[in-house]
Formats: sequence, C-alpha cells, structure tokens
Amino acid sequence: MSAITILKRPLDEGVQVQRKFFRKTAKGKVVKVLRERYLRDDIACGIQGICTSANPSLPSRGDLTHPSFPDGHFILPDTNVFLHQMDLMESEPFNAPIILLQTVMEEVRHRSLPLFNRLKSLTKIDGKTMWIFYNEFNAETAVVRQGDETPNDRNDRGIRNATAWYNTYIKNHLRVKQGQSFPTVILITDDVENRRRAEMERISCLSVRQYVAGMKSADSLLDIIAAHGEDQIESTAASGRRPALYPDYLPRGTLLAGVKNGTFYQGFFAANPYNYLEGTVNVPTFAKPVLLVGRENMNRSVEGDIVAVEVFPEAEWKAPGDEVVDQEAALKNDDADDSEAEHETGETAARLEERKLLQREVRERALAERAKEKQPTGKVVGVIKRNWRTYVCHIDRASLTTDVRTSTAQQSVFATPVERRLPRIRIRTRQAPSLVDQKILVTIDRWDTNSRYPEGHFVRALGRVESKEAETESLLLEFDVPYRPFGRAILDCLPSEGEQWIVPPKSDDDPVWRGRADLRGLDICSIDPPGCQDIDDALHARLLPNGNIEAGVHIADVSHFVPPDTPMDTEAAARGTTVYLVDKRIDMLPSLLGTNLCSLRPHVERLAFSAIWELTPDAEIVDVRFTKSVIASKSAFTYEEAQIRKDDLSLTDDLTNAIRLLNILAIKLKAARMKAGALNLASPEVKIHLDSPESSDPIDVEQKEQHETNSLVEEFMLLANISVARKIQETFPLTAVLRRHMAPPPTNFEKLQDLLLKLKGFHIDASSSGALAKSLDACVDPDEPAFNTLVRIMATRCMLSAEYFCSGSVSNDTFGHYGLASPIYTHFTSPIRRYADVLAHRQLSAAISYTPLHATLHSQSYVEKVLDVVNRRHRMAQMAGRASVEFYVGLAVKARGQRNGAALDVIEDAFVIRAFRNGLAVFVSTLGLEGLVTFKKEIKFDAEAYSVTIQDRSGREVTISVFDKVRVKITVEKDRNTQRAKVKMILASPIDSFEL
Amino acid sequence: MADGSASVMHGLTSVMVTVFGPREARSRATTQHDRATLSVNDGRACIQRGYVGRILEFAANIKSTFEPVLQLYLYPRSQIDINVQILQSDGSLLQAAINATTLALIDAGIPLNDFVCGITCALHDATPLLDLTSLEESDLPHVTVAVLPKSGKITLASLETQLAVERFDEMLRLTGDAAKVIHIEMVGVVKARTDRIVRAMDSAQASGGARGIPDVDAEMGE
Repeated sequence: MSAITILKRPLDEGVQVQRKFFRKTAKGKVVKVLRERYLRDDIACGIQGICTSANPSLPSRGDLTHPSFPDGHFILPDTNVFLHQMDLMESEPFNAPIILLQTVMEEVRHRSLPLFNRLKSLTKIDGKTMWIFYNEFNAETAVVRQGDETPNDRNDRGIRNATAWYNTYIKNHLRVKQGQSFPTVILITDDVENRRRAEMERISCLSVRQYVAGMKSADSLLDIIAAHGEDQIESTAASGRRPALYPDYLPRGTLLAGVKNGTFYQGFFAANPYNYLEGTVNVPTFAKPVLLVGRENMNRSVEGDIVAVEVFPEAEWKAPGDEVVDQEAALKNDDADDSEAEHETGETAARLEERKLLQREVRERALAERAKEKQPTGKVVGVIKRNWRTYVCHIDRASLTTDVRTSTAQQSVFATPVERRLPRIRIRTRQAPSLVDQKILVTIDRWDTNSRYPEGHFVRALGRVESKEAETESLLLEFDVPYRPFGRAILDCLPSEGEQWIVPPKSDDDPVWRGRADLRGLDICSIDPPGCQDIDDALHARLLPNGNIEAGVHIADVSHFVPPDTPMDTEAAARGTTVYLVDKRIDMLPSLLGTNLCSLRPHVERLAFSAIWELTPDAEIVDVRFTKSVIASKSAFTYEEAQIRKDDLSLTDDLTNAIRLLNILAIKLKAARMKAGALNLASPEVKIHLDSPESSDPIDVEQKEQHETNSLVEEFMLLANISVARKIQETFPLTAVLRRHMAPPPTNFEKLQDLLLKLKGFHIDASSSGALAKSLDACVDPDEPAFNTLVRIMATRCMLSAEYFCSGSVSNDTFGHYGLASPIYTHFTSPIRRYADVLAHRQLSAAISYTPLHATLHSQSYVEKVLDVVNRRHRMAQMAGRASVEFYVGLAVKARGQRNGAALDVIEDAFVIRAFRNGLAVFVSTLGLEGLVTFKKEIKFDAEAYSVTIQDRSGREVTISVFDKVRVKITVEKDRNTQRAKVKMILASPIDSFEL
Repeated sequence: MADGSASVMHGLTSVMVTVFGPREARSRATTQHDRATLSVNDGRACIQRGYVGRILEFAANIKSTFEPVLQLYLYPRSQIDINVQILQSDGSLLQAAINATTLALIDAGIPLNDFVCGITCALHDATPLLDLTSLEESDLPHVTVAVLPKSGKITLASLETQLAVERFDEMLRLTGDAAKVIHIEMVGVVKARTDRIVRAMDSAQASGGARGIPDVDAEMGE
C-alpha cells in the first residue's frame, strides 16, 4: 500500500473540480449541492505496453485489420452510437478494440437503463476488447461545463478531449519500431455537428456507417446498422417531398396535460389479431375498450405501446368489425422498396384495397349496427412510451427485388413478425436472398409519418424455419424468457460438494439440523406426472390414537439453498418461474438444485419444509403446524401408479394405506371446496408424445388423462397453500406474498350468456363463483358430452387471470381467490419452479422464528417490485408453453397426415366457437387447437343468431351456428411468402367448403 | 470573542469550531466541584431542521471523544464550551469536526493529554478508503475513529453501518497510520500559528509591550 499523504489544492482550482447545482427537495426547499471530483493523473489507459494497470485489455497496436487504418486503430464511440447501434456493437464480427468513456457510460445510463445494462454486459463478453476509461477523473481529460454550454455539448466536448488526449498520449508513450507509425484513436459519432468540430480540432472521426463500410465484413454488418440518425448523413430530400400518411403526434407536454385533465386517455395499445386495421386501447373510464379503426386512427402504434387516445363523440361509436382481415392477403402487392412509387402514382393498389375494405366494413356495420355492441372509438394522438423490442420475423419473399442467392445488392424488404398483431417491418439488407427461409430477429428503429410501415434493422438470424432450435429460440425470445445458461457467480452460490451433497449426520450442533424436525421415519411418498425430475412436494398420512388423522405436506426446502440477496437469488427473482416447453425446460434455479438437491427423490434424505395438520375423519382442521424438517421419501409414484396401488385391494402396506387415507380426506376436502363455490374450470390441455428424447419428433397428440390421484395431490397442495397464506398474512400483514384471483366483471360474460341463451337455452349466472359453478354444471347437452367442457373452456376465457400481490398493497376484502373460492391464497408448494414460493418460504420460515426475515422482505415496495416481475414472467411462461404446444401440434398433424398418406387427410371433430362475416372460428378439442375456416365466397351472416349460411355447389344451403359440431380437415401449410407454418382448416362436414 | 478557534477544510467539507472557557459555569445544576464541565454545541441546528437526533448524537460523540483527553480536573467548578459550526458539508463531518476541535482547544490553551486525530475510513469491496465524500459515505460501510497518535489509543470508534468483522482490524490499522499523518499536519499548523503569535508579541515588545509569554514551541514539540 502506498504511503498516506495529504494532498492540498490551491483554492483557486476549485472551479475546475467542482460541480454546482440546485436541487429542489420533496418539501419544495431549494438546496445547493456542490460535488467535488478528485482528479488524478494515474487513471489507467488500458493499452498494453504503456498502461500501469495490472491487466490492460487493449492490444498495444490496436486493431490492424481495418483496411483504412493500416497502422492500427482503436475506436471511441460516442453516446449515440451505443444508444442506437447496440445491436451492431454486440454483433460477433464487430471486434475492433473499443475505448468506452465514463462520460458515455453515464450518459447511456441516464438515457436508457436497459441499454446501460446491455452495455455493462457487453464489457464483460469474451471476444470483445473493451476498456472503460474514467475520463472525468483524469486531470487532463476532465472538462467543466462552460456558462453557455448545454450538458450535451459539454459531454461531446469531453469525448473529443478524451480522443485527442489518447492520441497524444499514445504518441508520447508508446514505443514503436522504426518506420512504423502510431495507431490512431478514432472518434465514432453520427452527430454531424460533433464531427465538424472534431475535424476542426484535427481529431480523426467517422460516422458508424463510414467506419463499418470500410470493414472487411461490411456486408453482414451494414444490415445491422439501425436506421437512426441517417437523415443527418444522407440528406433526405426525397423523404421531405413525401406527403405524410399519418398525422403528427402532439407534443409531449400537451399529451401529458391532456391525459391529466381528461381530454385524452392513456392505455396500452392492443392490436386485433384477426384484423390488422383495427386495434383497441383499454381505458378504465369506459366499460369497453376504445376502438381504433383504420391506419390513421391507430397512427403508428405498435402492440404494447402506451398511447394517448382521443375519444370521438358518442354518435361515432361503432361495433367492432366482424371480418377477418389478413394483412398478408390484403397487402400482397405492396412494394417494400420505399413508398416513392406509391406516392407518385397517388395511391397504390394496396391503399385502394385497404380503403375498400374499410368502406365495406363501414357500410355493413351501419346495417348491422347493434346498439348494445357499440364501443367508443377514437384515434391515437401520441405515444407516451414505445415498448419496442426485437421481434422474430420472416422475410417476405414477395418483397424481394432479386432472388439470386449471391446477390449482395442492398434492397428493402418486408420482415413479417411471427406475432400476428405486429405490422410488417421494412428493413434494408444486403443478404436478403440468404435470409429468406430463416427466422430472423428484427428491431424497429422508427416510424415516420410519411412511411406506411415502421423501419427497422436486421439483428441476427436464428436458423432455418421449422428447425426445432430456431423455433424454440424464437419462442423464448418472443415471450422474453431469459434462457441464457447460469453464470459463474450464480453457480458459485451452489454448495461446493455439488452432486455429492448429503444431509449431514444428525447432531445438535450442526447448523443444518438446528431447529429441524427429524421426519425420516415417516412413510412419505411423492406423486407426480411421469418423468418428473423436479419433485418439490411429498405427502404422508397416518392415523392418530385419538381417531384423528395426521396428514403432512413436505415441500423441498429451497430457501435453505438460496439465501436472500445472493447472485442466485437475484437471478431466480429475475427469471420468476421455470418455463416448460414441449421439448425443453428453462430452469429458474440451476439444475443441481432443481433436479437433485432440492428434488425430494425417494430413498435419500432431503431437507424439507413441512406443513402438518391434524384432521378429523371429516377433514376438518384441528391443528396445523409448520416446521423445517429432514425427510426420506419412501417412494416416488406417478399418478397412475398411485391410482393402481390404491385400487389394488390386496395391498395393505403402510404406504398404500397412507394413500388411501389421503384420498378419503381429499374427496371430503374437495366436496367442501365445491360447496363453498369453487369453480371447476377447463382449459384445453393436450399431451404430446415425443418419438424419443433425442429426436423430439412428435408422434401424436392426446388429451391429458386425469386420475383420482391428481385431485388428491391438488387438494393437499391447496390446503397447504391456504394454511401458509393465513400464517404469513397474520405474521406480516404488510408484506405477505399472496395470490388472488379477482372476480371477473359481469360484462365479460355478456357475450357468452347471450350465446348460450339464444342457441342452447341455458342461463349463466355469473353473479358469484358459486352461482357460476352451478350454472356451468347445468350446461349439459346429453347428446354431446364434450359440450360442457367447451362451455367451461369458454367461461375460463372470460375470467381474469390470477396474480401475485403484496398483502399491504391492496385492501383486505380483495384478497379472495375467485376460482378456488378461498378468502386467502398463496403459492408455497413449488419453490423449485416458482419464485413467489421461495418468498413465501422465507416468510413462513420467519413466521415460525426459524430464520430472521431478510430486510428486503419487510419492504412493501421491494415485494411489490419483485412480484410485478414474477407476474409478468408467469404470464409469459404460460404463453410460451402454449405456443410451444401449438407448434408441436402442428408438427404432429403434419406427421399424422404424412403417415396416413396423401389420400387421407386429418379430419377431426370441432366446435364452432365464433362466427365471422366471412368465416368461422373452430376449436378442435382432441388437438387443443383453435383455427379459422374462411370462405372466399359470399355467405350469409346473421350476427343476431351467431350463424352463417353457406351454399354449396349443388345449391344446398346449410346454416352453421356457434356451438355446432362440424368436422374439419386440418392441414399444415407453409405460407408461400413468409415461410410461416400455418394450420389451415377446411370444413369437411356438414358441408365441404373446399373451393368455397 | 472566543478563547480559541480553528477551521478545517477537507474537500468541500468546511467546519469551524470555537472554544469558550474555561469560564465560570453558567448553571448550578451542571457544575461539578472537582472538575470542569464540557459542553458541545452543534451550530447546525439553526440551519437544518429535522435532524435533531442526529445532531445530538454528533455533539455527544465529540463530547465523549474529548472528555478523557482534556485535563478537566485542572478547572473545578468551571465550564468549557465547544461550538461546532458546519459551513459546508460533503462527507466526513465527524472527522473534520474532531480535528477542528483539537486545534481550537489547543488554540484556547486548554491542556490536552495528546492530540486527537479524527479519521473516516470506508470499505469498497476489499479496499479501504480514507477521506470520504458524502456520495461515498452514503454508499459504503464506514467507520469514524478518533486516535491519540502518540499512544495509539482510540477514544472513539463510531460505526453506523454494517461491516464485515474480518475487515475491521485492517481498517483500524489504516486509520492509525492516517492519524499519524494528520498529527504531523496538525503539529505543523500549531507551530506556524504559535510562531506568528510569538512574532507579533516580539514586535509588540519591541514597541514597548510587556514580556513574559513562555515559548510554546518548545512544549509543543515531540
């Protein structure tokens, strides 16, 4: 350690090192804040050979591969480069040594936190040579803001200063061989003004495009350059001429003021997946979402944006369209190569087509205007916040100008997002022909008023369409699932024994055994689906001498292995949940914990958190206690095995008896729950048989089977969750982690009620969950056993989704779980795969005084923040799982069709669930698949009766209404343009709609 | 007019301490018959409100730091007032206040067993840091220590944050080293000050003033 000395600075130096600003406190007082900087002369420059730091990362001669700089160079990008061109910086071939200034880092952080996080991780990636230079602390590069300078100008000047300093520093310190000249540091900026000044100061500088164009791998890299800021490089005389297609957004101030005083409404924009010319914004002021009809009214909003809308007077309110309008079909002939041609001829065919569609709709709507279906309409006047991200897309083959694979000419093409709700994105690329049958990632950069489509840039290719890797990765990306492998820091949190970790031998002074009950002698078993690796729950039951029954639920003690506030905990909180895809599981916790140390495998000792009840034979709770424990499961059953064992009367061993006891209790528990008004809902669940784990080719699809034992496990998990919820809510009334399911607003059921009443004569009473359960039970069609399930599925769709919440954030009377009819509920039983359960474990552990509660769990705002993330991840995980199933169902249908031979198509029974003016939405329960049957020919559509009337070739008229059973022919077809696999359905009976 | 004063500037932190006394005790109740009473008053109270608890603690810290060092038994039934004025605050306040108090007490000519050197030390990862700014102070675990540089004794160790106990020893040793540096600096300041006074007196004497101030310099030295 160096000697301690006192450094004194002359007083007149103060200006150089001080930063002064005034800050208004929350109370309205103004405080003068002075900040002092310690300027030093020993800041490491990071160049090998002259840097004093221990491990400088920049090679001493810089990068020698760039043809324009044979003497070697370093690049020093300014802030905007990182803000706009992060994809470029992250791309593999872009590997010039980068000097990252502190000024730039701070500016990026100030402007966008997500980008700052990406930048931070970028500095740590292998293969990138980056050095962070703390220029603000270096005596020679620190700058002070001049009186008339904006903060931005000051930063720009600082960046230029640092570039100049680097260049002189290299000249003064670096030793080069005779005849060699010094490497240069090049300022990279897209700011024209900055470049002009840099040139005046004789600093070499380039724009991103200029720099990349000179590189050897320019072709692939040029595509990744975002469209931002190019205006400043290529003057856009052309674009100036173009008439605006969309109205301008109002200034931000006006928007916010408007939202505040109620002239505008703010909400998330949701595009209509069936009709690309229609979108809605959910606004709490109106019972129904605000409808936006037509491009101009949607005004460049993209799914997920937070927009401000102006609502039209009530006379202009409309009902939503009844037609399926497919963007691809309608805009087939639109030309991607800029809208210039389009505007010269005034209107293209596409535009006319669109207009026609809208007009027809307006006309038909006027005819079928139903007062009660009227919805407020409006237009978007501004975007409060864009929620653009990277989208998985296909290149639209029709938009290519040349198909030659070797062509590297730059062309504008359309990228069609996989997600139907998104508009096509125009990108410029030189590699279009080779990207045609790939899944690619595309980011939207901007959407100008004079451009019909948003402009974006290519990020990277994921792989061939329909290859499982590309499809899986695109799913994960599309649903924002973090799927990178766990990092070093996280794996370091695991026990050092790894797979060899065992419960230490019992002793009083071992910290693992402290306060733990020894339940190794109990006959505990687990019941799970076949092939389950992460067993997080196990059960036991035995008769007590007093005639009561002791039942126990034992949950893996994950919180023992995941202490709060460690890298592993932070990662688990960010992942929120394990995501199950058909052929892949994205773990929340490292698999060592999930599938081994925390998995309650049979015949090994494992740590558990146990909830043990004393129940009367009528399943009434006499007493409940919670304890940390050590258990040794005696057996791991599948649902089927447990069922067989229970039903086999010849078996009388303890385990079997325990299962029987549990089953008796479960039946009573369920009966009590149903009596209280719990709902028995249904969702289309199918199981996919994979050929073998390696090939993962789906062979077939079947509906999931339900055993009595499924219900057994479910009942006890519910019981455990409810008991735990009570306990932690009692102990931590402000921060308990709970789960609730809000009662759906009655308007959600209006449509279903009307449908059932008109078509089947059933009445649905949605006033309470009990009433709903009863009326759902009554919806039985004796001829059609599946009808009841269908109604349940449709009812489920009317519900809100359950969510985690922090007990202090909402009022006590909204704690209830509507579906389970329980006044309080939480998730406790699957800590391996859900983060909320981990929190519940920690709180319960503190509630029984086993461990003190970590400080963060005392903070309501922290719990809220974590649960927000978990809720979002949970939703995303569900959607990803469903999408994965859908993809495999598609593959299975295809496989089945092929097996049957070309002559035999896949024909399945289906129910009509919705009628459109030109088609029907049908649901195939055996495949859990929903599809559209569209008719090209004019058909009669009766909106009142929810039916369509079709005429077949012989002139016979057939009327099909919602809930009717039809047979459909299912084929999987690749869309010619986008390569997107599409399930196509054609009516086979009662009418063959082929060619209709 | 104060009997002794000193101001310490330390980065942007600026503290002025004035010492009054020893003088007759103002209140009967606090008078001690065998020694002087020490009272510390923090001048921040009138500027910043809402931190009463903190200010009281701050004053109590300074009082407890100096009570064992001051030779209070020399002045029974009297009172010594220490006034701490914080002019600018940018971290390491207690450190600056302690150092200023030491100098002000010396300036007032009140006998001390030793200099008292205040020093604040924080821990960033595994690296100990000295002389914190308020930004550093708010982010890092830190400890303020008052050291008697000659004996190496510690009269105050104030820790408001959590700290890994394994690191504490290392930090304490570092503060000891830093205290020695501060001590040299303080001795220099005291000598310079005394020197100026002596010169002033000499010139006063040359112009016919009274003689008789002892040579402080000799006593102050090592």
